[in-house]
Amino acid sequence: MWQALTRLYHRMGSPKWFYEISARWLPWFAIPAALCLIIGTVWGLAFAPADYQQGNSFRIIYIHVPAAILAQSAYAMMAIAGAIFLIWRMKMAAWVAAAIAPVGASFCFIALITGAIWGKPTWGTWWVWDARLTSMLLLLFLYFGVMALQKAMDTEDNSAKAGAILSLVGLVNIPIIKYSVEWWNTLHQPATLKLTEESTMAMEMLIPLLIMIVGFYLLFATLIFMRTRNHVLWHERKKNWVKKMLQAEK
Amino acid sequence: MSLVIATIKRDLVIAARNPGEWLNPLMFFLMVLALFPLAVDPDPKFLAKIAAGVVWVAALLATLLSLDALFKADVEDGTLEQWLASGESLYAMALGKVFVHWCISGLPLTLVAPLLALMMNLPDDAYGALFFSLLLGTPILSLLGAVGAALTAGVRSGGLLLSLVILPLYIPILIFGASAVYHAGIEMEYLGQLGFLASFLCLSMTLTPFAVAGALKLNLSR
Amino acid sequence: MFFDSFAEFLAMGKHGFYVWLCYGITALVIIANILAPMRERKKLIEQQARLQRREKKNAS
Repeated sequence: MWQALTRLYHRMGSPKWFYEISARWLPWFAIPAALCLIIGTVWGLAFAPADYQQGNSFRIIYIHVPAAILAQSAYAMMAIAGAIFLIWRMKMAAWVAAAIAPVGASFCFIALITGAIWGKPTWGTWWVWDARLTSMLLLLFLYFGVMALQKAMDTEDNSAKAGAILSLVGLVNIPIIKYSVEWWNTLHQPATLKLTEESTMAMEMLIPLLIMIVGFYLLFATLIFMRTRNHVLWHERKKNWVKKMLQAEK
Repeated sequence: MSLVIATIKRDLVIAARNPGEWLNPLMFFLMVLALFPLAVDPDPKFLAKIAAGVVWVAALLATLLSLDALFKADVEDGTLEQWLASGESLYAMALGKVFVHWCISGLPLTLVAPLLALMMNLPDDAYGALFFSLLLGTPILSLLGAVGAALTAGVRSGGLLLSLVILPLYIPILIFGASAVYHAGIEMEYLGQLGFLASFLCLSMTLTPFAVAGALKLNLSR
Repeated sequence: MFFDSFAEFLAMGKHGFYVWLCYGITALVIIANILAPMRERKKLIEQQARLQRREKKNAS
């Protein structure tokens, strides 16, 4: 079992192997992703009950929470991929990290925007400096920093290394940032305004939420596969297997 | 004249291909705005009072940061010398460069500022004044900034020197721009401030290209 | 169904604007994220095909 895992890990470092196997895996992620997202959306929008206090604006939770979870775990995955690249010089890891950045930033953006829009009927304003939204905003800054840094470097190798270093520093910082923002928030806000009532959620509300979370993860995996495959094509374009495969594609 | 238009087109295409050039100042703008509630007080009533000034300061700093690169590339690869040798008007070229710079810094800032002002709880009446004060003010920032950038073009660590040189010049713009937005927010007259900005824009549009041209010639003769 | 009619579904009890705005923006962002790598892939393949044609021409 352990041998199989290490073999898998070594295989993943091979761009050719990844490209071939991801072609077969892609539909197994894409189709379940679409199914989960569609089922979760329809269930959450049309069938789940409305919240006792917030009414129907509560349905925004089915996007906001999955997007927020993805944004945070995507950053961690990006940092870990960067670390694998720095330590073991595995090119695939650098490409996966580069693929995650824009997708994670998109999910972070979705979480922020839906959070802000949700705030309007709930709290009366389009934006509130509460702990969770502010932490999301800072996470978006971290994402933009990594993306801007990667674009600014002139060689691919430097770009991957710089991005990896920055995202690792960011990863270590994230708990610190979250703690300090929470602490800042307790100084300024007398009551804890909760955007979501997670612990007291009824089953009819929780299950579509879980489906959406799974759907978002599957969508994330699909998008990362697609982007990483492009990286493989570009970086290995001079290799024979790519040339032969491209000719066969025509 | 055709060289000026060709340069404008080329610079705009380069900017379109490097989204970082105009995205980074916008992100900086957003980040500076976020600093104030984090450092002082996120209370919406407090933010509403300082929003006008903070948005203007943030826009000013974002513009300042993007000025460093205005002439640097052209000085380093010799394009500027070609300009001088070509005999084409440096005045027109300076205006063209400033126009491109405003397109990638001031214009995006002006368009995005009302959205970001939402986060700062800007009073509802002030949004029009915010947009127009920035629309009039950011070109002035680009024009004055170009003078500073031209003066410090070949200097090492010119970025900091550039800021020191330009900030005093920026202060009147800041005063009248922020004042226009603030007074609009408390439902007082603000057209006078906008009028000052408009007249200063006309003045700087006509006069600063001379200074830019002179400064560039100065730097090239070193 | 939680809602009694389609009109009620769209209205979402006065919160319709916010809910649909959220779902709409999310849909746009997700669609953009799907289309972007697809377009990039097409561009890469076309670019490589062009290069291969040119190389063949130079070789002959």
